[in-house]
Amino acid sequence: MLTPSTETEAAELIRDHATRKTPLQIRGGGTRSGFGNAVSADAVLSSTAITGIIEYNPAEMVMTARAGTPVAEIEAALAENGQGMAFEPMDHRGAMGTSGTPTIGGLFAVNSSGPRRFTAGAARDHLLGVRFVNGAGDVVKAGGKVMKNVTGLDLVKLLAGSYGTMGFLTQVTFKVLPVPKTAATIVISGLEDENAMKALAAALSLSVEVSGAAHLPESVRGRFIGGKLPEGAATVMRLEGLEASVAVRAEKLMSAMAGLGPINRLDADDTKALWTEIRDVTPYGDGTARPLWRVSMPPSEAWKLVAGLRLRAGIDAYYDWQGGLVWMRMEADHEADVLRHGIRSLGGGHATLVRAAPEIRAKVPTFEPLSPAVALLSGRVRAKLDPHGIFNPGLMA
Amino acid sequence: MTEAIAFLPPRQAVLSRRAEILDDLKELVPAGRLVEERNALVPFETDGFIAYRRRPLAVVLPETTAQVAAVMKYCHRYGIPVVPRGAGTSLSGGAIPQEDAVVLGLSAMTRIIEVDYANRCATVQAGVTNLAISDAVGADGYFYAPDPSSQLACTIGGNIAMNSGGAHCLKYGVTTNNLLGVKMVLVDGTVVDLGGKHLDAEGYDLLGLVCGSEGQLGIVTEATVRLLAKPEGARPVLFGFDSAEDAGSCVADVIGAGIIPVAIEFMDKPAIEICEAFAKAGYPLDVEALLIVEVEGSEAEMDAMLAAIVEIAKRHGVKIVRESQSANEAALIWKGRKSAFGATGRIADYICMDGTVPLSQLAYVLRKTSEIIDRYGLRVANVFHAGDGNMHPLILYNINDPEDAAKAEAAGMEILKLCVDAGGCLTGEHGVGIEKRDLMLHQFTQVDLDQQMAVRSAFDADWILNPSKVFPLEGRG
Repeated sequence: MLTPSTETEAAELIRDHATRKTPLQIRGGGTRSGFGNAVSADAVLSSTAITGIIEYNPAEMVMTARAGTPVAEIEAALAENGQGMAFEPMDHRGAMGTSGTPTIGGLFAVNSSGPRRFTAGAARDHLLGVRFVNGAGDVVKAGGKVMKNVTGLDLVKLLAGSYGTMGFLTQVTFKVLPVPKTAATIVISGLEDENAMKALAAALSLSVEVSGAAHLPESVRGRFIGGKLPEGAATVMRLEGLEASVAVRAEKLMSAMAGLGPINRLDADDTKALWTEIRDVTPYGDGTARPLWRVSMPPSEAWKLVAGLRLRAGIDAYYDWQGGLVWMRMEADHEADVLRHGIRSLGGGHATLVRAAPEIRAKVPTFEPLSPAVALLSGRVRAKLDPHGIFNPGLMA
Repeated sequence: MTEAIAFLPPRQAVLSRRAEILDDLKELVPAGRLVEERNALVPFETDGFIAYRRRPLAVVLPETTAQVAAVMKYCHRYGIPVVPRGAGTSLSGGAIPQEDAVVLGLSAMTRIIEVDYANRCATVQAGVTNLAISDAVGADGYFYAPDPSSQLACTIGGNIAMNSGGAHCLKYGVTTNNLLGVKMVLVDGTVVDLGGKHLDAEGYDLLGLVCGSEGQLGIVTEATVRLLAKPEGARPVLFGFDSAEDAGSCVADVIGAGIIPVAIEFMDKPAIEICEAFAKAGYPLDVEALLIVEVEGSEAEMDAMLAAIVEIAKRHGVKIVRESQSANEAALIWKGRKSAFGATGRIADYICMDGTVPLSQLAYVLRKTSEIIDRYGLRVANVFHAGDGNMHPLILYNINDPEDAAKAEAAGMEILKLCVDAGGCLTGEHGVGIEKRDLMLHQFTQVDLDQQMAVRSAFDADWILNPSKVFPLEGRG
């Protein structure tokens, strides 16, 4: 494994590989290794030795860090100032069955966002600037360190979520926000998926600022927070903010939801635990390689996909993002064709195969196949950043 | 006036075929959708950056994506430059054409295609104005968050081109954070859909790349945008200070204390006077700097947040704290702010700068700005989004005095460099256009720019889309 300790060293290594056109497998801490389509590369290039927080000014809500800095170190520094990453990045170790240390560069390279994504935005929305080495070995800077910046093309967005196929990130600058003072979760019990989606949509039309909106069907409900959720499917809604306002908004939300089913309220500690488990897909982090899908669809449609699949295949699923994000574990077969056909027939979206046994991974594309025109365009864009195709070849194709 | 900013020389092969091109274009769009008469072309010669103008070859105003695709396919085949245009409110010259270009105006595509409350989004044609979206859903308790001051006139297509923001972006983000999908016509006429009603478009984030690309990557014809539920209540409060620096450091401390109001707007004395004279908003005239701080939420929440902000403002010697007492008063406060550009235009010609700086540098940059302006013997009014460091010095000058105009332009460029040197950037929301094109090398290295230009050429290999904009003409890759 190649572990340069500076950006300059990384650029030299990459330039050398570019000259020889020899592929490199790009990684951070490896906690998401095994993800994506199979990569065949001569060597692994990791950012784990390019570490350290470079600049952090809490008053400006901006941090700059080297790509290999452990996420835990970043979170600790932010916590000291009552701040955090509002997009709630997922820790993939449980679901992927990996060990290692998640890095800040890796987090942005996969655009990892959690439950607050539907209100706070994704990782890419918080990424203000990057430095990276492109596939020719050039060090490139994009974006900046201020909140608003429309100077030139937004290559920052392009690098976020490109899984190391566009460039080797060496430095990231991102926006941080105050951590809400307190939080509470309203639990409505016993709703079928369809009615749960209606309840979540109704909650989000209210001015109570719901910042987490998930539905945990009965099959999975007991596997969250040590089985403490009340009996029956749990439709959960999170409120965050100042103590007084959370109390007021909780009352308002509970009265708006009255009559749908038994309603309970979780305190701040249980709320924190529950949403961390929803974020990290804890129920499916069961040490198996049973196929795990992550599906993003319009919230009004996703439950229909799940209902259809339940009739045809052994699946277990739960919903986040008002129902628009489905975490789906297959009991046996991967069901890729049925799943992707279902998504297309329900108006679009995408499915990503997050985890599967190697023999399945070898034949099922990890990412949603793109339309021919978009695939062509994407290929052209990638070739402009990595002209010799040396970064993670095949991973996203 | 003298023209400091160059355009690419027009392609003679295109100019000499004008009559033929007009005939062909006539076949591609419905009757009346091709503008060719000299006088009729005048309104399309410039946009909000009025110091420069060029008469385009022709203007087409298609009504459908298919017509846009047909025009693009044709222009691509014959190497005819295309300049996309929304409402023409660009302040950086992003929609100024050149003599060999067909202006592709989206102003006839004004249909709201679908409002989908269950998924809290709306799909609209590119020519729909920003405010029209909020107007269409307002009665049902929703709004579209990005609110550029030009929102009454500017189109969503233009907003996407410039990744527009506005006063309330401190909390809600700019266009890119509120855009779910687009239908876009590529340079060769191919129609693609990026994203949709779901979150995080599949594959590479081409949607993120298109947003803010200033019409260089394709023509957006439809957009799906996020709708948000309106907050329970909102309250703008006026804070008057004896110095701009007190106001600037107050802003930094509010944010530093972990309080994120929905908007923090800054006005200096000249701006206060100009806006008050126009809008009669009740702004105090005996202060040097004014902050409009808006909080929202429940009554209890707003009270708590305001109490904390007032406490901080007192530490910075705030002179006046005035809460709006009615919805009417609140509307008036915003009317004053949002009419700042128009009101300034009544008293003088001006160029509006758009640099962004880190909050800790606000007071410093304000001080240096007035030094620069003094040195040129000009006047400036400062009105801007202080919460996110997006400065808008309005440099007043006389457009009919070439010397004055040159001075204003030079002072503006110095101010933008100052912003970059202070850790900020050349443009926070207006875009690079032609205005800041030649300063790009102040913010980026040639290697950085080469990478951006290479990506641009993946979309438009012959550079026919909005060709004189964004990247310096020298050293183009």
